[in-house]
Amino acid sequence: MSTPILSAHNLVKHFKAGGFGAARKFVRAVNDVSFELASGETLGVVGESGCGKSTMARLLVQLLTPDSGEVHYQGKVVGRELPLKAFRSKVQMVFQDSFASLNPRMTMIDAVAFGPTVHGMSRSDATRKAQDLLDRVGLDPSRFGGRYAHELSGGQRQRVNIARALAFDPQVIVLDEAVSALDKSVEAQVLNLLMDLRRERGLTYVFISHDLNVVRHISDRVMVMYLGEVAEIGPVESLYSAPCHPYTQALLAAMPSLDPDRRTMEAPLAGDPPNPIDPPQGCRFHTRCSRVFAPCSAQAPAQHKVGKTHFAACHLNSAKEHVA
Amino acid sequence: MAVTADAVARLAAIEKSQGYWRSVWTRFLRDKVAVCAGCVAAGLVLMAIFAPWIAPADPLDGSMIKRLSPIGTEGYPLGADELGRDMLSRLIYGARLSLFMGVVPVLIAFAIGAAIGIAAGYLGGWVNTITMRVLDVLYAFPSVLLAIAISGALGAGILNGLLSLTVVFIPPIARVAESVTTSVRKLEYIEAAQASGASSLRIVRDHVLGNVLGPIFVYATSLISVSMILAAGLSFLGLGVSPPNAEWGLMLNTLRNAIYVQPWLAALPGVMIFLTSISFNMLSDGLRSAMDVKQ
Repeated sequence: MSTPILSAHNLVKHFKAGGFGAARKFVRAVNDVSFELASGETLGVVGESGCGKSTMARLLVQLLTPDSGEVHYQGKVVGRELPLKAFRSKVQMVFQDSFASLNPRMTMIDAVAFGPTVHGMSRSDATRKAQDLLDRVGLDPSRFGGRYAHELSGGQRQRVNIARALAFDPQVIVLDEAVSALDKSVEAQVLNLLMDLRRERGLTYVFISHDLNVVRHISDRVMVMYLGEVAEIGPVESLYSAPCHPYTQALLAAMPSLDPDRRTMEAPLAGDPPNPIDPPQGCRFHTRCSRVFAPCSAQAPAQHKVGKTHFAACHLNSAKEHVA
Repeated sequence: MAVTADAVARLAAIEKSQGYWRSVWTRFLRDKVAVCAGCVAAGLVLMAIFAPWIAPADPLDGSMIKRLSPIGTEGYPLGADELGRDMLSRLIYGARLSLFMGVVPVLIAFAIGAAIGIAAGYLGGWVNTITMRVLDVLYAFPSVLLAIAISGALGAGILNGLLSLTVVFIPPIARVAESVTTSVRKLEYIEAAQASGASSLRIVRDHVLGNVLGPIFVYATSLISVSMILAAGLSFLGLGVSPPNAEWGLMLNTLRNAIYVQPWLAALPGVMIFLTSISFNMLSDGLRSAMDVKQ
């Protein structure tokens, strides 16, 4: 593989959660996450609420500073070999809450034009660019450009947010549940827009969602996260057809199906995920795993290679592993 | 895509949607109580500005024969005070100093307190902790005591009174500014602005100020009445304005000996203080609800 456009190396982020001194507690939001993104691909990221997807996204775009680990852009360490400001224009983010991510006192034109002016573009050029981008995402700039966030619908606002990210001419866009809050029909339109833009501009996406169907539709590769760690990562087809981690299997089994013969009969996963302040010893998933056996509670599993680019962090795969 | 001329034409055609402040104004006009309070407050300000033209007599010119004339006396529509000065004229002139002592300390404290609070709220972390705990020390004193202590230490006089009131109002305004800024800072549009690579100063200027100054200012206007009452209290204790100047608090003080002789007359400055503070309070209440955008 050539140099990945964006890569995460052993990212760790723990948040303080009360206590003092030695008794200080930490929420282990992201624990030793590494992966690589090839230029032009879309990596889907799935997992339950609270599994660290959003924290991982914010680490990736450097909105949060990792406790340890690095983000590399085209092989350069961000912040050391590549200045943060240069990185900012290459990697952008779209947030879940379309309303909260727009300044209520800014017109849509100004919101989109803000980014380019930060990077030295003149106000009139930035305004012109913002108009073209609004036009591109399907909003008539003469109708919507002068409006405020509360005067738009959720789907229209999310289009503006996409236009704002595009205004930097980025290479990578991290979409944190960007379509999750939208109605199904609007969600489909926005997804189509995202796929068109990917083709036109050769964009690379990190697509975070809890909707497995949507992730399957848009992604080339999928990463499954559980309690701040990567449970399984692999090409979308092999991961969906032959999941190698019991957690992935449980998630896929819980996927709603339109086929009455294959309807979900019982909840395959019981209970809530364990508290990330005090995660279980050994494999983090062993408290809820249906196929738990001896080593699970003793030792954390390594990433086992189960396919050419398919890895799963589960002891069940240690025998199957292809020795590289 | 054809840009330049076409785009410029489109820009000119951009539909001017109803701006934020216009929608605030429309909502404010619907609030009858707030509009009335606003009219009263505006009337008081105009009265203070045009005092020399409105007042029927010289507020400092007394006549010993007319001392404590009751309300409705010939030539003294609101009676005369303990030195025989026209009460109506003194009340009109008194608005000047009273409003000055109400508004100016609040404005200065607004500028300083908002700057401190926004900086503490946006920067967060230990900067926030240190700043806010220091302000808490000041805030822990009852405001009346603090104002009396400072102007007592500095000595009587308008400027010292002004200074002590300003110091009293900085902590509460900074606290409100800090809490509003902290809640705005967590919103995703600030994160998006950070992800754009803009400097903190630029983010505060372009994204934070517009969203926090309104609520802070509304809170500050509610302090105008408190400031007036505190200033009146300082004058009453002989720490603020000194005689023979006309100021409502001072007038209340000098007339209190006459409260058994002419109770209605002695209550008049109090009525003015009450009227002013309640109209400013209701005005700021109305502003707050008009600025509250619920979608």
